Amino acid sequence: MELDRDLLLGLYSTMVKIRTFEMEAAELFASSLIPGFVHLYAGEEAIATGVCAHLSASDYIASTHRGHGHLIAKGGNLNRMMAELFAKRTGYCKGKGGSMHIADVSIGILGANGIVGASLPIATGAGLACKLKGEGAISVCFFGDGASNRGTFHESLNLASAWELPVVYVCENNYYAISSCQRVAMAIQDIAERATGYGIPGVSVDGNDVLAVFEAAGEAVKRARTGNGASLLVANTWRHRGHFEGEPELYRDQEEHKLWLAKDPIPRFEAQLIERGIATTEDLRAIDRNWQDEVRQAVLFAEESPDPAPDELYQDVYAE
Amino acid sequence: MRTITYAKAISEGLAQAMRRDPRIYIAGEDVGIVGGTFLATQGLLAEFGPERVRDTPITETAIAGHAVGAAAAGMRPCIEIMWMDFMGVCMDEILNQAAKMHYMFGGQIELNLVIRVPEGAGFRAAAQHSQSLEAFFTHIPGLKVAFPSTPYDAKGLLMSSLCNRNPIIFIEHFQLYGWKGEVPEEEYLVPFGKAAIRREGTDITLVSWGWMVHKALAAANQLAQEGISTEVIDLRTLKPWDQETVISSVRKTKRLVIVHEAVRMNGFGAEIAATVGEEAFDSLDAPIKRVTAPDTPIPFSPVLEDAFLPNELTIAEAMRSLL
Repeated sequence: MELDRDLLLGLYSTMVKIRTFEMEAAELFASSLIPGFVHLYAGEEAIATGVCAHLSASDYIASTHRGHGHLIAKGGNLNRMMAELFAKRTGYCKGKGGSMHIADVSIGILGANGIVGASLPIATGAGLACKLKGEGAISVCFFGDGASNRGTFHESLNLASAWELPVVYVCENNYYAISSCQRVAMAIQDIAERATGYGIPGVSVDGNDVLAVFEAAGEAVKRARTGNGASLLVANTWRHRGHFEGEPELYRDQEEHKLWLAKDPIPRFEAQLIERGIATTEDLRAIDRNWQDEVRQAVLFAEESPDPAPDELYQDVYAE
Repeated sequence: MRTITYAKAISEGLAQAMRRDPRIYIAGEDVGIVGGTFLATQGLLAEFGPERVRDTPITETAIAGHAVGAAAAGMRPCIEIMWMDFMGVCMDEILNQAAKMHYMFGGQIELNLVIRVPEGAGFRAAAQHSQSLEAFFTHIPGLKVAFPSTPYDAKGLLMSSLCNRNPIIFIEHFQLYGWKGEVPEEEYLVPFGKAAIRREGTDITLVSWGWMVHKALAAANQLAQEGISTEVIDLRTLKPWDQETVISSVRKTKRLVIVHEAVRMNGFGAEIAATVGEEAFDSLDAPIKRVTAPDTPIPFSPVLEDAFLPNELTIAEAMRSLL
């Protein structure tokens, strides 16, 4: 696939942006600066990056509890994201949502979600809205291998195929639903086989290869945009961190872990860029430094932002 | 004024709202070709076509869940869940998604979403097709709950719901679909949080909603023959509910009986009793009484189901016990 330099560097940049944000969040959480839970996307950056590169602000995404990467790839603002992790009034949700519920409706992000599998019907309905409005927008649903075992998966893919909705279902298979490994949770190895049951295309790709994801997502997005309906894209990947930060991870084999760390999507893509003469190491380090600065700025913004006032508890229960 | 049925009042309200607002669409099981199991969407498919009147598969989770996503993306879905008992199948979509989004996202999203759902017993339909579960939904901040007892309110509350900016559980009662009443042809709104005094009285206050309003009125007629004057209040919406009307009535009559078809424990009557106890304890001359279904599943046998349901006799008996 021939892709232009700006696009390739953009893919690299988005992956690094996500990784930098996530590793900073890990440190902040470990230092008890972030309340609640955080579920980090480190290791899975190629998926959100490769998919969202095809989307614009008028397209919709519905995300998961591991949502930071989707939000960043869709154009979420780092300051407002970080402020939300810090539970500040300047955060995306005014401190009422936290990591698991960040949304930016103005750019089509219908929210991270604390319920596994909940993004599926939401993205399906957003797809129906796109179809009814007829303005060419589409909807993308991110969810994991665990969610693909839920009833929402079946009902959503069935409805989207019956109604020919412009939805791309992106299953991020990181092989573990908290502690339950895919091989004990389902009798198939390739989750994309499930698409057959809905009469829609199902494709599995290496989710740690950003170009493979980009290419497969391009096909699925094109299909949705041209009125040809839904698809299932399965991207096989690995989370570098525990299910949530601070989790002891008693269920993952260290050998398996090492094997996957060697397939880290970022150094892997970096090597390709250098090998193909797209960028020099120095070009890439400049990108890295830029995001380190931006993330540092976001932390400063969050730290300096005010907490919500106690009586804000009562605001926004209803739209008046 | 002309009279039409409760079912016709609903379909007429839907049609008028849909003509005015292109964002409104209908989805649910049998809402299109059949016109709704109880004919509350009759004629809409012919007028608005299959894009806006969508027969769905049997897929309650996706009916409710897709509607949340469509509303978040700027549509105004009015979906139907065929029986209240089936709400269990789509509870996450209502409890954790629809009800929470506006607050949890810091006010960014307004969900203009109406979930129409019939409920009620008396059809010998047994434990999975008869329950009155309105209290569930009143317990969830972020939702509003309407429950009309007349054709007039059915249309007016539905029109209000369809221009509200929040997720609404719009409960209809099976027993009422065929009831006729005066309904204006033009559009009008019945506001949320404003009860209707169905009968004025001075000796005892009866509070109810849905089908039981009519049982309460029958009981009030009976007591009138015994020289007792009853004030019957129809709440019309349960969330928000009209505390002011209920409390000022209790201050006048000094006695309160609450009637609901739902089972007793943690029914919405408990909320009313607690509120009146907190706000008007000094006005009461007698304990607050609840007339409710017992804490059992709903049985099939007509003999057993009749024993399960409150009726005008049990209501009248409770009222007499306070005098």
